[in-house]
Amino acid sequence: MMTSSSGAMNKPAPTHTLVVMVDNIPGVLSRVAGLFSRRGFNIASLAVAPTDDPTLSRITVVVVADSAPIDQIKHQLFKLINVVEIRELTDEDSVERELILVAVSLNDKKANDKEAIQKLAEKYDAKIISESSQALVLAMDGSQKEVDALEGALKQYGIIEIQRTGKISISGA
Amino acid sequence: MSEKQATGSSVTGSQALMMALERQGVEVIFGLPGGAILPAYDPLIDSSIRHILVRHEQGAGHMAEGYAQVTGRPGVAMVTSGPGATNIVTPICNAFIDSIPLVVITGQVPYGAIGTDAFQECDTTGITMPITKHNFLVAEAQDLPQVIHDAFHIASTGRPGPVLVDIPKCVLDPKNPRSQLEYYEPGTSALRGYNPEKNIDGALIDAAIDLIEEAQRPVLYCGGGILKSRAAETLKDFAELTQIPVVTTLMNRGGFPDSHPLCLGMPGMHGNYTATTSMQKSDLLIALGARFDDRVTGNVEGFAPEAKIIHVDIDPAELGKVKPADVRIEAGCKEAIELLIAKVAERNAGAKIADQVKPWRATLDDWKKKYPLKYSQDSDSSVIKPQFVLEKLAEACPDDTIITTGVGQHQMWASQLWKFDHPYTFVNSGGLGTMGFAVPAAIGAKVGKPNKMVWAIDGDGCFQMTAQELVTAATERIPVKIAILNNAYLGMVRQWQEMFYEERYSEVYLSPDLPDYKAWAEAMGCEGIRVDGPEEVESTIAKANEIDDRPVVIDFRVDAQEKLYPMVPPGASNDDIVLGGDE
Repeated sequence: MMTSSSGAMNKPAPTHTLVVMVDNIPGVLSRVAGLFSRRGFNIASLAVAPTDDPTLSRITVVVVADSAPIDQIKHQLFKLINVVEIRELTDEDSVERELILVAVSLNDKKANDKEAIQKLAEKYDAKIISESSQALVLAMDGSQKEVDALEGALKQYGIIEIQRTGKISISGA
Repeated sequence: MSEKQATGSSVTGSQALMMALERQGVEVIFGLPGGAILPAYDPLIDSSIRHILVRHEQGAGHMAEGYAQVTGRPGVAMVTSGPGATNIVTPICNAFIDSIPLVVITGQVPYGAIGTDAFQECDTTGITMPITKHNFLVAEAQDLPQVIHDAFHIASTGRPGPVLVDIPKCVLDPKNPRSQLEYYEPGTSALRGYNPEKNIDGALIDAAIDLIEEAQRPVLYCGGGILKSRAAETLKDFAELTQIPVVTTLMNRGGFPDSHPLCLGMPGMHGNYTATTSMQKSDLLIALGARFDDRVTGNVEGFAPEAKIIHVDIDPAELGKVKPADVRIEAGCKEAIELLIAKVAERNAGAKIADQVKPWRATLDDWKKKYPLKYSQDSDSSVIKPQFVLEKLAEACPDDTIITTGVGQHQMWASQLWKFDHPYTFVNSGGLGTMGFAVPAAIGAKVGKPNKMVWAIDGDGCFQMTAQELVTAATERIPVKIAILNNAYLGMVRQWQEMFYEERYSEVYLSPDLPDYKAWAEAMGCEGIRVDGPEEVESTIAKANEIDDRPVVIDFRVDAQEKLYPMVPPGASNDDIVLGGDE
């Protein structure tokens, strides 16, 4: 059910982005995640963290659109007593970011690989935050599309390990 | 206790729990003590609250449900941690799907032991998260008064449902300093994520009446939300004003009087022809507190193909969940119907609507005559038809008798054949289909309405699941009456195997004699009677109705071959209703 949104190869399924404000209490993530699984709503990604109000946590959840009508998802979510507010964000009225950390192999590669990867990093505005003779670790934040693009471009060099945060989103200024 | 213990006084968690329950007006708790909940049972001795000691925690849950269904007040059950809690999971799930207000209090291992696999530990809030409207794990004794207040508020408002309060032993135990608190009056619930108040958009009421004024073949499709919102009288006013016929779903039997000329009865898989077909042919379904359950709609694509839909429900997640609605009204049924009535009056449209539906009503009246429910109890037969028992029972009992049932053929026969003319007189397990519901639900109903006659119509398979609660009933002097329609089979499953599995009967035979129901009833302190032939049916019912100091169990030996009709085969459209017999 909880799959990562590695859409680099496949065309990503249409999604909705919901911002769900919840009481910051133990077990609340389990309530939200459990609701999604038992109602058959598919999560593309989910990010959760406290807010400036210590009593609230903010969940950004990206839902696969064809798993259920978005109204049904919102109504079922709102029945959870600890869900305080739900907003749907669209590309037009919001800004989004996702962070990616990716370790790329330098082993058994041509000598100029490192240079090529450095160039790629520059192109995608990624930082090299750690390096050894065997690997480079890149960090980059951007839209999901941009993160997808970087991931796709690095594949040919051999990805050792990858961690994406899932999208977080906020209303535009 | 509440008189003795004022606000601000220092109490233990278990005392605070009892005070908070008394403050809610709780008159009875169905429960069974054990290690973790033990401290709560001590101040119970001094409390005004009656406790009914069940023999199995599932019984406590279903009793609380029966109590809630007939009184409209939340039923309360209290059990211990671990197996006590898991045993009550079935009733909680049942209450969740049938929207029954329950407050279930479970003991939990001490806070510090949670997560260590302690004795009788189980993750009760985790297990019940998907089947409660909400649940609480009480971390501090100080939280108890407010949590209990919130639990009752959540259980009984909006769409009602079960709320579970899990309380670690250290929070209750007077020997543990953690259980000390200053008692206080809880404030109004400050649940910022929960607001059951609805504001109804007047434009939607206008839009609904627009559709009603145009409709030639409207049907009021009325579900459990009618009873939950105490709207039976209001519904009657609306139906009479507009002369629109009414179908009452399984969860709303009694929500509109069966003897009323506008009543079509129960639709669906085992509904009668007229009720089921009225919806198929309708051009406007006015769904009030109903959720388009698959047992009502049959194959959804083939359901009511020509009907526009007005859908009223207090839970917005129900609106359009199964069938898209043309007008969605998020409201309690009572409020919504009152507004509809006012709008019809304002537009002076009552007579016009009533006039317009006359031909439709004539058609329906024809169907009623042409396709009645039928069975035959041959006068020379020595075999009792289950329907015959129900008919004789209905004749012999006051018309406000409360009927509870288990799940299966007997449940459907009871719903079909009993004339329910009063709300809150039919208590059954609708959504979950919980076998074994009838006996404990009857006990809970009788506790809630001690002046009413309560009959459980049960099957032999169901009876064997929860019969031990008759010991509870005998001990507590709760004189419920049980009619077992004993066909020696898991009858509904047998019927499906006969119809859909080429008569290959697999694991459905139960034996009429094992157990010996009469002897079993007597061993449990009840009057036990066995009825073998049709000629004994009436006299035995009369005898049972005379007994009011102990439970009565009648073992009616009924025809094992009798099948339940009408029936819409599973997955079929409601157009393909099978009437049975010679059609």
